[in-house]
Amino acid sequence: MASLRGTAAIVGVSDAASPTGELDLHGRALEAAMIQEALEDAGLTLADVDGICHTTSSMGLAEYLGVHPVFTDSTNTGGSSFEVHAEHAAAAINAGLCDVVVSVYASTPRSDRKRGVRWTRPTMPGPNPMLEWELPYGLRLPMGPYAMAASRHMADFGTTSEQLAQIAVRTRDWAALNPRARYRDPITIDDVLASPMQTSPLHLLDCCLVTDGAGAFVMTSAARAKHLRRPPIYVLGAGTCHDHSMISEMPDLTTTPGVISGANAFRMAGIKPDDVDVLMGYDSFTITALLHLEDLGFCAKGEGGPFVMDGKTGPGGSLPMNTNGGGLSYTHPGMYGMFLLVEAVRQLRGEAGRRQVPDAEIAVAHGSGMVLSCMSTIVLGTEATR
Amino acid sequence: MATHAPAEPGPTDAPAPQRIEPPVTETSQPFWDATREKRFLMQWCVACDKPIWFPREICPRCMGSTLEWRPSAGFGVVYTLTVEHKPQNPAIGGGAPYVVALIDLDEGARMMSNVFGCPPEHVYVGMPVRVAWDPLSDGRNLPVFEPRPEDLANGAPS
Repeated sequence: MASLRGTAAIVGVSDAASPTGELDLHGRALEAAMIQEALEDAGLTLADVDGICHTTSSMGLAEYLGVHPVFTDSTNTGGSSFEVHAEHAAAAINAGLCDVVVSVYASTPRSDRKRGVRWTRPTMPGPNPMLEWELPYGLRLPMGPYAMAASRHMADFGTTSEQLAQIAVRTRDWAALNPRARYRDPITIDDVLASPMQTSPLHLLDCCLVTDGAGAFVMTSAARAKHLRRPPIYVLGAGTCHDHSMISEMPDLTTTPGVISGANAFRMAGIKPDDVDVLMGYDSFTITALLHLEDLGFCAKGEGGPFVMDGKTGPGGSLPMNTNGGGLSYTHPGMYGMFLLVEAVRQLRGEAGRRQVPDAEIAVAHGSGMVLSCMSTIVLGTEATR
Repeated sequence: MATHAPAEPGPTDAPAPQRIEPPVTETSQPFWDATREKRFLMQWCVACDKPIWFPREICPRCMGSTLEWRPSAGFGVVYTLTVEHKPQNPAIGGGAPYVVALIDLDEGARMMSNVFGCPPEHVYVGMPVRVAWDPLSDGRNLPVFEPRPEDLANGAPS
């Protein structure tokens, strides 16, 4: 079977976030700034770009930039979109369709409030099953579906609120090492349990932030990557799977399609969970990160709670997870998957400052989109792992 | 994240200004008509002899298009639930915390609903429930669930 392993590399990254939760730029101007920064990081220019990925309109973005791409991808799978973009970009580069692909994300929900921007969610044309069969029951989005997953996990496996809280606590410990994180003060398990209940069993501190944020990555072929400014970070494996769109259609609320996407990506990369030095697992909620640990095989199904309780996912632990401070404490502008890739690349380049994981060679960016609907897993590695 | 949800203020989770009432489609018309008489119909694939939820135009197992409506007993168990402490729909529970649950129906289908008829903290995973009806503004009734009488008589576990 043909494999993408080692055929493409991320050669430039950028991201923007702020302790205030707000950014000055927004919209296309912010996207353009991120692209410029990522291209500068790579030592490339816009003239080199012949592939564009965007979650809303790759056409609109390319038009704004004055680019005429030969590879275009407007895939939107929610928060995992950027892992899917990375997978598609690597496949397109490997197939010879294009040479340099840029994916970008910018979202400013926090400062948009001040600008009086009214967010509208696009509606599906034609019959909308969610409007007919879910929304009349008043489920809070997006946290309600995740709370339902947590309730079932607790009932099946005895998982506790304390165990979920420990994930938030150790993620905050990482954020303390990131000067751009929204929240950096340490928290305790008791702090999480004392924070206001949102949609049971999730407390406020079990939930991700709402902040402005933006980022971009640049990918090219392994051959071209060798001659650029930064050490290439290779795509070793990629996998994607979705098994529902609405939460009421999820086959098993304690098992995500990450079981499939993760296994496929790890197989392509030729790695086992033990080989992973840094895990960037989308933490929209504490339960989300816990499900990733189980579904990617870091522990058995149902054992995520006891697994995290010794604090191993925090600084100095045996499984560094969400080292930028995560969606829980760093930034979460809505579709956070871009930041997973950017942090994974920085860790593998040794550019993560005080939060650097020593000798990191293999990192996993595992995106989760919509309501545990679409999982996409990218395994990244240094030259030594290729 | 919720990019295919209908137009609503976001992402601040501001409460909906009025109750969201389900639209009726050509396909779901028989279901909603039956709710006017508090009858709970379920769509079945004739070829598979299995229920289909949510109602649609083809069977999601075999793509068969010979589908029919059969009465459901309206019994099920709570597969999972959450208690909404910040009500998204002020018409539900008068602004108080309320239960949103996924119900596994005895016929073998799963649907989202509310569980009323007991305090939210008494609803648990695995709780037996039966269908009840919440009136909508146009004479239709929304299928919701309540504890089965025998369960209430035994005292609901917390």
